[in-house]
Amino acid sequence: MSERIAPTRTPEFEARLKKRYASERRFRALGLGAIVFSVAVLVFLLGTMTFNGIGGFQRVEMEVPIDFTEAGIAADPAAMEQPGALASLEAQGLRDVVQYFAEEELGEAAAEELGAQAWRDVATEIIADPAVLQRSESFWLPASANLASGYEGEGSPEMQALAAGLYEEGRLAKNFDPGFLARSDATNPQQVGIWGALKGSLLTMVVTLLLAFPIGVLAALYLEEYAPKNRWTDLIELSINNLAAVPSIIFGLLGLAVFLTLFPNLRSAPLIGGMTLALMTMPVIVIAGRNAIKAVPPSIRDGALAIGASPVQVVFHHVLPLALPGILTGTIIGMARALGETAPLLMIGMRAFVATPPDGFTSPATVLPMQIFLWSDEIDRGFVERTSAAIIVLLLFLLVMNGLAIYLRNKFEKTW
Amino acid sequence: MTVVHDNLEKTEAKMRAEAVSVFYGDKKAIDEVSIDIPTEYVTAFIGPSGCGKSTFLRTLNRMNDTIPTARVEGSIQLDGEDIYASGMDVVQLRARVGMVFQKPNPFPKSIYDNIAYGPKIHGLAEGKDELDAIVEKSLRRAGLWEEVKERLQDSGTALSGGQQQRLCIARAIAVDPEVILMDEPCSALDPIATAKIEELIAELNGRYAIVIVTHSMQQAARVSQRTAFFHLGKMVEYGRTSDIFTNPHEQRTQDYITGRYG
Amino acid sequence: MSPAILLFLALGLGLAGWLAARARAWAFRRDSAERRLPSLPVYHAWYVALWIILPMVAFIALWSAIAPGLVTQQVLASPAAAELPAFGFQRQTILNEARAVATGAASAVFNPQAAALVEPYREALFYYNTIGIIVSLLVAFLAGTFAFLRLRPDFAARSKVERIVMAILLGASLVAILTTIGILASLVFETVRFFGMVSPLDFLFGTHWGPDPMANPDNPDGTRYGAVPLFWGTLFIGAIIAMIVAIPLGLMSAIYLTQYADPALRRWIKPALEILAGVPTVVYGYFAALTIAPASRDLAIGMGVSNPSSESALAAGLVMGVMIIPFVSSMADDSIAAVPGAMRDGSLAMGATRSETIKRVMIPAALPGIVAGIMLAISRAIGETMIVVMAASTAANLSANPLESMTTVTVQIVAMLTGEGSFDHPATLSAFALGFVLFMVTLGLNFVALRVVKRYREAYE
Repeated sequence: MSERIAPTRTPEFEARLKKRYASERRFRALGLGAIVFSVAVLVFLLGTMTFNGIGGFQRVEMEVPIDFTEAGIAADPAAMEQPGALASLEAQGLRDVVQYFAEEELGEAAAEELGAQAWRDVATEIIADPAVLQRSESFWLPASANLASGYEGEGSPEMQALAAGLYEEGRLAKNFDPGFLARSDATNPQQVGIWGALKGSLLTMVVTLLLAFPIGVLAALYLEEYAPKNRWTDLIELSINNLAAVPSIIFGLLGLAVFLTLFPNLRSAPLIGGMTLALMTMPVIVIAGRNAIKAVPPSIRDGALAIGASPVQVVFHHVLPLALPGILTGTIIGMARALGETAPLLMIGMRAFVATPPDGFTSPATVLPMQIFLWSDEIDRGFVERTSAAIIVLLLFLLVMNGLAIYLRNKFEKTW
Repeated sequence: MTVVHDNLEKTEAKMRAEAVSVFYGDKKAIDEVSIDIPTEYVTAFIGPSGCGKSTFLRTLNRMNDTIPTARVEGSIQLDGEDIYASGMDVVQLRARVGMVFQKPNPFPKSIYDNIAYGPKIHGLAEGKDELDAIVEKSLRRAGLWEEVKERLQDSGTALSGGQQQRLCIARAIAVDPEVILMDEPCSALDPIATAKIEELIAELNGRYAIVIVTHSMQQAARVSQRTAFFHLGKMVEYGRTSDIFTNPHEQRTQDYITGRYG
Repeated sequence: MSPAILLFLALGLGLAGWLAARARAWAFRRDSAERRLPSLPVYHAWYVALWIILPMVAFIALWSAIAPGLVTQQVLASPAAAELPAFGFQRQTILNEARAVATGAASAVFNPQAAALVEPYREALFYYNTIGIIVSLLVAFLAGTFAFLRLRPDFAARSKVERIVMAILLGASLVAILTTIGILASLVFETVRFFGMVSPLDFLFGTHWGPDPMANPDNPDGTRYGAVPLFWGTLFIGAIIAMIVAIPLGLMSAIYLTQYADPALRRWIKPALEILAGVPTVVYGYFAALTIAPASRDLAIGMGVSNPSSESALAAGLVMGVMIIPFVSSMADDSIAAVPGAMRDGSLAMGATRSETIKRVMIPAALPGIVAGIMLAISRAIGETMIVVMAASTAANLSANPLESMTTVTVQIVAMLTGEGSFDHPATLSAFALGFVLFMVTLGLNFVALRVVKRYREAYE
């Protein structure tokens, strides 16, 4: 028999094999590269926001020492407890006092760049501790937006020089600004805060949850446990699955056409915003609920039925408690999505400039993502930092919510 | 045509089935079965797999209602009342006719709550003391009290297989039924647990009408006094257990008993 | 009295009814011979409570919807209202001011005309509020008495209550249909009105988009409502540029994760990709506007383009692509994982390398699912609003150059509805027409994608 070399042993084959392995390595590297790139973009995005946002939690302030013994402001501690305390301090000329001392200590040029609302910070201190009026105290007060720009190396040369000079003297610095979390929208980046938007978001989320959760859970229960298999049920299922995939802006159109026509005075109120977002979140809860209910084994239902429980009792005493962790997980994820939504709320008018936090569910309000959107249009460099800081706050909230959902899912994941 | 042995004593029928047929859609699963279930005896249904004994068992407490395509013809009576009549409350029926399943299915609640669930929803106890008493009585009757009396708050699913099945029996007893249906209750259990359950059945005999579906002829011989042999949806023969096994009238019965087919 | 207080009142009355009915049921039980009722007393209690609460709440909801209209009607009938401008923004503002003062929400008016209307508002509000309270209490009382009188020892309370519960469940499910109908109805209604002013052919096939909200609404210039640049921009940004980014990255990520990655890596990377999906779109939009758009502008300058826009299609498309990666990746992941292991093993057993197996066996087998995933991703991308609003522009260009600025359907919907225009103007209505087109297209994409997945799944059963 002649020597026959198997086709897989020829040198040509070996050469080809090498090429094939090389191709394999390239392919694998491509896959890894795709993942690395995606994660890198995520890291870059978060990094940019954090980097810009750190500055957003600070603000440029100048140090103004005020000697109240010379000032002639009278303050009766009892009167400081009253709501009219701020007005009375204003009437006594606190603003001019602050301006005077600023001029004395820092010079006219600097005093002009004192923030217009700076005196309010002093007033707040006085109200908190009236004894300060008996002594001398140094206040770190917000600078004007122009001087703040100068501090950052932008804006007019005079401002930059002024800022540099004051900085050398140790009179101008960028300090941590906790007021960012307590104030509301303003025209001046030194004065803005996110509390107004946060409160609006909270109120809206409450409405969304109160509407979407019961309707979603009850609908899921009906579809999984009681619905007869007919065309109407198919139609309901089809509607819900479609609604889950509809672009969010369409819900805004619906809100505009229906809710605002019914309640025209409630434009930009958390009630309307919540109702619109509830329609968007409800299908998510229904789908998550159905999956959770499907996972409950039939033997539990059979056992309950056999003992004489009615179908309603079977569902509410047995199925629902076991499906609840899955339902809650889906709800939290749906609410997290609603928290970050902007487009539908644009349609119903929550994009207005709202300078005070909303009083209730029917007052004009805005939400945190909308506030980010409104600030993103501002050119001032100061606003870039504030916007990034607001984004950090929003992302933190979402992180907590999603983390909670994952924790719930892992803790209660039962295998039957 | 069922062959019914003619040497049976006359007894009161707790449940009576007359010409019962069960359809799943167009397919006929049970063909004109008639049988009386007395209280004094344990009745066993035997037959090869797929012959319909479980299906027929489930008509007795209307568990077939949960299957949308199922349809029952003929009449089934409990104490003379047609259980498929429109006036019959199926919830009440299932409290009077209890069921124990092949695979133990305790609720994921505590042992106490498992037993207490039935009495609670049917309003059988007025106050915690009465409920405690019912729980204890049921667990005693099921032969489980001594083993669990110190740990009634433990989860029902933490018990062993045999204990779980006894828990399910206790759960069925707690609502004070008149009939207990058992669908292959020992097939998922080891021999020792099986023996315990069979002892239990012997004790419960007489207080409740018991129907047990079993694929083990030896078990049927051990626990029952009346046996019905099912084959391909028909009830072929019915008589005293001892007669069925030693002196069957029908060839098919004989073939099954001697193991010519399973 | 606000609706909230009325709702609490309803709950309180329901509680009272609940307690009363339960007491009565207990009395029945005491008096009955066998000390066992067909239904537990608690069901009798719930029966009466539901009969009180549900009709009252339904009435309160109805009243909150129609009462403001009645109030406004009464105010407009008063003599002081004769001075109002006939329509428009001013009229609404005056009415709102007057109402604000009348309800105590504001303390003073700017407009003297509004001051005159405060008193009529106060009267109307008082009148209708009182009616509302009286009727709702009446409803509760009548319904509760009716229910209470039906209580008997042999009353099948449990089945009645359960039937009410089932009706509530069914009602909750119908909300979904109602929402879908609502969306369709509002979109169709306004679209039809729009097509009454601008011809559909002009809209669907016209290539010039430049609506003027201030123009005379009676004679709209149909040629200004050509939506083709919008459709093109939407497709170019969402279906082309974004997909050029998302498909390779998403698909290769899914392949690596399912075929090559060890479980530890998979456990960390899957959540990381899901985070990409969880970042709010407004954050992506800001990122696009802040970082990517200037970079693409610099790129354009580097390439020698003169006067490049900083709101290019490229910037928006790139960021949108990144946002879509998790959608493509997770659907591809599911599809590849669903391919039977026997197929993969057969290929490997023949001596194919892993990449050859993937490229020649698994991807073709998973292809329907992958394609469905891409369709769903496209549907998501073209419906996206915030990224394009912040990074793309409102300039309706019809160009194939990604470095130029373009606009999309969603951007125009926002632009047309957030201006000063009145609700009857064709510019405003065009937003609804655009929304209708968007809705139908995404619906179509989703429908086809799900059909593909369903048929594909059957092939492997």
